[in-house]
Amino acid sequence: MSIYPENYLYTKDHEWVLIQNDTGTVGITYHAQRELGDIVFVDLPKLGTVVEQGKPLGSVESVKAVSDIYAPVSGEVIAVNEALSAAPEKLNQDPHGAAWLVKLRLNNPEEAKSLLSAADYRAYVGAEG
Amino acid sequence: MTRPAAWKRSPLDAVHRRLGARMTTFGGWEMPLYYSSIVEEHHAVRRSVGLFDVSHMGEIEIRGPEALALVSFVTTNAPERLSDGQAQYSALLYPHGGFVDDILVHRVKRDHFFLCVNAANQEKDYEHIRAANRWNASVEFASERYAQLALQGPNAPAVLQKLTATDLSTVRYYRFVDGEVCGIAARIARTGYTGEDGFELYLAPDHATTVWDRLMDAGQAFQIRPCGLGARNTLRLEAKMALYGHEIDASTTPWEADLAWIVKMEKPEFLGRQALERQQRQGLRRKLAGFEMRGRGIGRDGYLVRAGGRPCGWVTSGGPSPTLGKNIGLCYLPPDLASPGRDIEVMIRGEPVPAITVPTPFYKRIQ
Repeated sequence: MSIYPENYLYTKDHEWVLIQNDTGTVGITYHAQRELGDIVFVDLPKLGTVVEQGKPLGSVESVKAVSDIYAPVSGEVIAVNEALSAAPEKLNQDPHGAAWLVKLRLNNPEEAKSLLSAADYRAYVGAEG
Repeated sequence: MTRPAAWKRSPLDAVHRRLGARMTTFGGWEMPLYYSSIVEEHHAVRRSVGLFDVSHMGEIEIRGPEALALVSFVTTNAPERLSDGQAQYSALLYPHGGFVDDILVHRVKRDHFFLCVNAANQEKDYEHIRAANRWNASVEFASERYAQLALQGPNAPAVLQKLTATDLSTVRYYRFVDGEVCGIAARIARTGYTGEDGFELYLAPDHATTVWDRLMDAGQAFQIRPCGLGARNTLRLEAKMALYGHEIDASTTPWEADLAWIVKMEKPEFLGRQALERQQRQGLRRKLAGFEMRGRGIGRDGYLVRAGGRPCGWVTSGGPSPTLGKNIGLCYLPPDLASPGRDIEVMIRGEPVPAITVPTPFYKRIQ
């Protein structure tokens, strides 16, 4: 049993997206939060922002480092996880669940084909997860 | 992880790997960044006790009847005021007044001084001191003979006392003794880089693992944690202790860096003195100031600072303060803006984010 949900898709920049109909819920992976260490700040786009696949969506900061988050798919931001601004440490605790970042209305579902499956991502990040 | 052969490794390298440390490179060394979490390690030091491997730090020994003359000439502080077993924070300056390094000067004996210097600067410091040695003092590059451990936090004395016959209550702040820790010869200094009580131990590298393990065992009852350079940095920033390459470097002077207290202008002669005198006459163009973020964002090292919409300085060190729960930092500003209570903006990814200058240190322990 993997920590990486089978129904999510992944990027090599360590984001995940769960696609349900025309909506994509986006987050960062367990591996990403582990690499960053204690997350202390999350900068997310405003509602209505249109983001493009592979372009910066926001940023996550740990004590030591700033890391850009890239949009795994293109779309319009229709929800932002406001709870993270008061409790960014949730990203360390539940990166694949409660600490989702944004929901996007997809404007090009075909893009999903370029993403990694859970098995591919697991192989990409290696044995340590 | 690939490891270029050029990175130096601590005598405790195997211990860090056994503990699963996340490693980083610093000053030419590969050292632990953190073991579990920078924030948890930070809190362990503020609330109880933490153990750091700081074996990357360099050591230089100066001996001989003229040792004091040389140390006094190359440092800004007053080594002539030290007694045996006393340490002093000081600086090595270039003739133009910029920092070669910030250092700790320990007087072992009247004719023997022991300097603790920054990892990245140790060879440079050694050459600098040797070149200034117009006396007959012996200058020895001694880094290979020492490992260094820092046991820091309010419970550090209780932990160390279990392992040493030296009565630690007699070793006051910035004093040291040559004693033993679990039967191993060690220089036990009540110094540190965290803003807490604690000790820095200098000992032979071959014994470093033994002493580390015994300290970790002795600290169990106090929930001791191994701590990495990440927590060392957040702790020293809260205490407003300078970091070479950030607050100080060859282009900054002690006046600018708010370190006038380590400069003794009454000394008739020391390297950099003339330049400092000139800068006193001419006035400063910038001064180190503390700030707190007011808007959402973290001002980090190197970020531009603006006031009244115009660029006026830069962040030297910035980040979250685990103790205060705020985002803090140090920055260089024009002197008229460097006093507390001034509105500034830190440019974060192209956006100005409000901040305010504040008194420093950000954190001071209750004595």
